[in-house]
Amino acid sequence: MSKETLFSKKNRLLLTDPLDDNNPVTVQVLGICSALAITVQLKPAVVMALSVLFVLSVANVLVSLLRSFIPSRIRIIVQLVVIATLVILVDEVLKAFVYDVSKELSVFVGLIITNCIIMGRLEAFALANTPWKSFLDGLGNAFGYGWILIAVAFFRELLGSGTLFGYPVLEKIGLYELGYENNGMMILPPMALVTVGVIIWIQRMKNEKLIESN
Amino acid sequence: MQDLANIFIKSIFIDNMVFAYFLGMCSYLAISKTVKTSVGMGFAVIFVVSLTVPLNYIIVNFVLNEGALVWLHPDFHDVDLSFLSFIMFIAVIASMVQLVEMIIEKFSPSLYSSLGIFLPLIAVNCAILGASLFMKERAYNSIVEATVFGFGSGVGWFLAIVGIAAIREKIRYSHVPPALRGLGITFIITGLMGIAFMSFMGIKL
Repeated sequence: MSKETLFSKKNRLLLTDPLDDNNPVTVQVLGICSALAITVQLKPAVVMALSVLFVLSVANVLVSLLRSFIPSRIRIIVQLVVIATLVILVDEVLKAFVYDVSKELSVFVGLIITNCIIMGRLEAFALANTPWKSFLDGLGNAFGYGWILIAVAFFRELLGSGTLFGYPVLEKIGLYELGYENNGMMILPPMALVTVGVIIWIQRMKNEKLIESN
Repeated sequence: MQDLANIFIKSIFIDNMVFAYFLGMCSYLAISKTVKTSVGMGFAVIFVVSLTVPLNYIIVNFVLNEGALVWLHPDFHDVDLSFLSFIMFIAVIASMVQLVEMIIEKFSPSLYSSLGIFLPLIAVNCAILGASLFMKERAYNSIVEATVFGFGSGVGWFLAIVGIAAIREKIRYSHVPPALRGLGITFIITGLMGIAFMSFMGIKL
C-alpha cells in the first residue's frame, strides 16, 4: 500500500462528508434518540455534543486498534463494553464539573451507550479501518451530529424561551415591547421532531441527490 | 392495585417512550415502513423490556445501591457501586437478548422466524436501556411496580411504532413535496402524533 499523508484528500473527505452528504442524523438516521430530548436549551446540547465527540472518537480508535483481536461473534458485547466504559468516564466528569447540566441531562448521558451513531460507526467503519482513519471518521460524524443538535437547540431556545445560553436576547432587543410572545410550544417535545423535520427539508432542497424516491 | 394501574397507564400514555422521551427513535424510524414488521418489532420490545427491567431492578437493589450488599456481609453497608450501573444494565440487556434469542430459536421456530431478525437490534434500542435507567431514577418501591412500568413502556412503544407504520403506508400515495419525502415527513408526522399524545398530560393519576 502506498503511503498516504495524514491529511490526504481521502482523509479530509472522511472529516467533511458527515457534515452534509452523509450526515449521521439527517441522512444515516442514527442517534436521533438523544438528539431530540436534550435540545430545549443550548447549554445541555453543547455539553452533549462534546460528550459524544469524546466517546465516539476514542471508541473508534480503541475498537480499530482491537479490530484484529475481536472474534466477530462477540463483537457487539465487546463494543458495548468499550462504549460503556467511556460513557461512565464522561458521566463522572460531568457530575464533578458541571453538576447542574448533568442533572438536566439525567438518563441521556447513560443513553450515549445505545446512541446508534456510536454503534453504527464502530460496526461500519472502525472494524475495517486503521486507527487514524477511524479517528477522523469519529470526529467527522460527531461534528455532523453536533451541528444538528446545536441548530435545533438554537431555534428551540430562541423561539421557546427567548434566550441563548440563558442570556435574554429578545428582551434586550426590545421585541416584547412590540407585543411579541414566546412560543411555548417550542419547549415541548413534539416540536423537536418538527424542527428536525424542517432542517431535513431545507437540507434536501439544497442537496437534491439526498431526496428519497418513495 | 390502583397504584399499579396508575403506573401502567402513565407509562403507556403520559410518559410514552417515543413521544415524551424520544427513546428508541432509531429503530422506530428504520422499521416502521410496513405494519407487519413493525408489529413484530413492537412485540419483541415489549417482551425484552418486561424481562430486563425487573432483572435490573434486582441488580440495583441487591448489588449496586449504597448499602445494598448488606445481605452478603454487614461490613458492606457503605459500599456504593451505583457508578457501575450503566455497564451492568447494558451487560444484562445484551446477554438477555442473546439468551432470549437462543431460547426462542430452540422452542418456537415460528416465533423465531417472525421476531428473530429484530432481536439483535434490540440490544442497542435505547428504549430498553432507557426503561432501566428511568426505573433506577424513579426508585420504584417493589419489583411488581418495576415490572408493570417496564411492560407499560413496552406497550407504549408498540402503539407508537404501529401507529406511524400505518400512517406511512397511507402517505405513500399522497403528494409529499420531494424534499420532504421519506424521513422528513416521518419526523413531522411523529411530531403531530406527539402533540396528540400530549393531551394525555392533563390527566392526573
